[in-house]
Amino acid sequence: MSEHLYKYLRTETFPTPFCAGCGHGILMGVILRAIDELKLDFKKMVFVSGIGCGAWIPSPHFKTDTLHTLHGRPVAYATGVKKANPELKVVVISGDGDLAAIGGNHLIHAARRNVGLTVICANNSIYGMTGGQLSPTTPKNTKTMTTVMGNPEEAFDLCKLVKACGAKYVARYTVFHTKPLIKAIKTALNTDGFSFIDVVSPCPTQYGRRNQLPTLYDMYAFIKNRLVHFDALKKYKKEELAEKIIIGEYRDED
Amino acid sequence: MKTIVKSLLAPRKYFMQGNIACAEGALAAGCRYYAGYPITPSSEIMEHMSIRLPEVGGVFMQMEDEIASICSMIGASWAGAKVMTATSGPGFSLMLEGIGYAVMTETPCVIVDVQRAGPATGQATKPAQGDVMQARWGAHGDHRIIALSPWSVQEMYDLTIKAFNFSEKYRVPTILLADEVVAHLKESFVVKPEIEIYNRDKTLTETPFGTQEEDGVPPMPCFGQGAQLLVTGSTHNEYGIRKVADPDVQERLVTRLCKKIDNHKKDICLTERYFTDNAEYLFVAYGISARSSYAVVSELRESQINAGLLRYITIWPFDEETLKECALEAKVIFVPEMNQGQLVLEIMRILPHQKVIPIPKTRGEAIYPSDIIKVFRKYHE
Repeated sequence: MSEHLYKYLRTETFPTPFCAGCGHGILMGVILRAIDELKLDFKKMVFVSGIGCGAWIPSPHFKTDTLHTLHGRPVAYATGVKKANPELKVVVISGDGDLAAIGGNHLIHAARRNVGLTVICANNSIYGMTGGQLSPTTPKNTKTMTTVMGNPEEAFDLCKLVKACGAKYVARYTVFHTKPLIKAIKTALNTDGFSFIDVVSPCPTQYGRRNQLPTLYDMYAFIKNRLVHFDALKKYKKEELAEKIIIGEYRDED
Repeated sequence: MKTIVKSLLAPRKYFMQGNIACAEGALAAGCRYYAGYPITPSSEIMEHMSIRLPEVGGVFMQMEDEIASICSMIGASWAGAKVMTATSGPGFSLMLEGIGYAVMTETPCVIVDVQRAGPATGQATKPAQGDVMQARWGAHGDHRIIALSPWSVQEMYDLTIKAFNFSEKYRVPTILLADEVVAHLKESFVVKPEIEIYNRDKTLTETPFGTQEEDGVPPMPCFGQGAQLLVTGSTHNEYGIRKVADPDVQERLVTRLCKKIDNHKKDICLTERYFTDNAEYLFVAYGISARSSYAVVSELRESQINAGLLRYITIWPFDEETLKECALEAKVIFVPEMNQGQLVLEIMRILPHQKVIPIPKTRGEAIYPSDIIKVFRKYHE
């Protein structure tokens, strides 16, 4: 992590608990860079997270108010924080299992209500902390500890879901897209209303190793080969998009 | 910190429903954030809050479920507000994990449970007292909460204020364990010119999650104050740093969470005694069952029968000493409850050598004086 970001961090809590090849450390840096570039008052920011690897990005690392909540509930907690004190900038950082499975109801309702939150989903497509079980964003046919024969279910496109619920700003990038991701986070933080960013993050430890992708490079290639930009969607037939990762800003359909 | 404030409602006599009086009590105590989900028989509380909170500069949120309600209210509490939610059996069950989180993070909050006949959906519009043990033990892990039981519209108002005061003072979720009868009862009650309220200590501290004393309550700065709070439901040290594998930290934290309540029972435990001195027949009751018991005891006294009533206003923590004192001369102790016998278990545990007779009623209706008299007759020569 670049030293100019240390002022935002409880460096005494380092090293982070993230595994080798995990993308969450990059995401942590990217979020802080966006905040630094916007010159936001860090003291007036509250970071709310649930349970899981992604939830450990802000808690205990961020040197401001953090609320590490129950599994699945950070968006509900954040709603209370924001409504009780609208002067606070409230950011939710949590994983795909936390936000989209157990917490899916809170996510869609916060988007519908247009609560002034920024929700960042650290999406590694797996329950990493509990040992690599299926999540609602696990790609179809891939293997997890609870789908050893391959996942028979369709994965959620969280951006599409949240957009459909009325979110004001929605985007997806991977942790390998640091520059556009910083820009997207800045836009999200400046959005008046509910904003959501799905950040695809590699998990070689729990996801990769059961899918012949044991190293970060393998995971990188696996993610890179499936990327399609939102602006290029029209070039593809619907069935061609089944296994793709759509990146970019989700704008309103024409 | 204790302070005297003017009542929000003009001081006079009012004729109101219990649920509305509860909402007004909350506003008077300083509640400025309410999150809830509609459920009979508590919905009037949220309906009234939805109108009144904006009038006093507060925030009302109708959430997507009871889990979201309790979680958003905990978030709002950390943002500095006094907070409340109200629900009934099924919703209360959903809130239990959140109650445990509030215990662990020492978040002041008030939960009103207007008890209805269960289990499950049961009889939504009918009264019961079936959540007594759930209130005490429902959240997982070793913990303490405070639970108060109102028997009148007056107490729906007064005890809601007390619930806020206890909650803020001890940084513990406090449950107003009402029932459908007192909640929907309409009767007159008095609003005094002034009330005593307790505002939490928001002093900036490095250790908002621990004290030197083993039964202390640390100050609670709120978000945005610059305290760099590390709030977590995982085991944490006094700074809030997670220590999920440290046996000493776990022991110290859980012990303090329990002792900060246990060692302050003198302040928290509220009871009322009616003719309990030398009572041969002691009735022990709470909530609306105590009101029926009071009618019974008054009637028996008129017939020169030495009967007394010990009414528990604070149910949890349970006041053992007062029970032992009142039961000294008792030949028989009756415990009428609108459940299959819940608080009676506690009384049997504390008085193992005395004759303790449960008077259960689970018909989805109030326990009437006649129900109690019928059982009493069997034991009175």
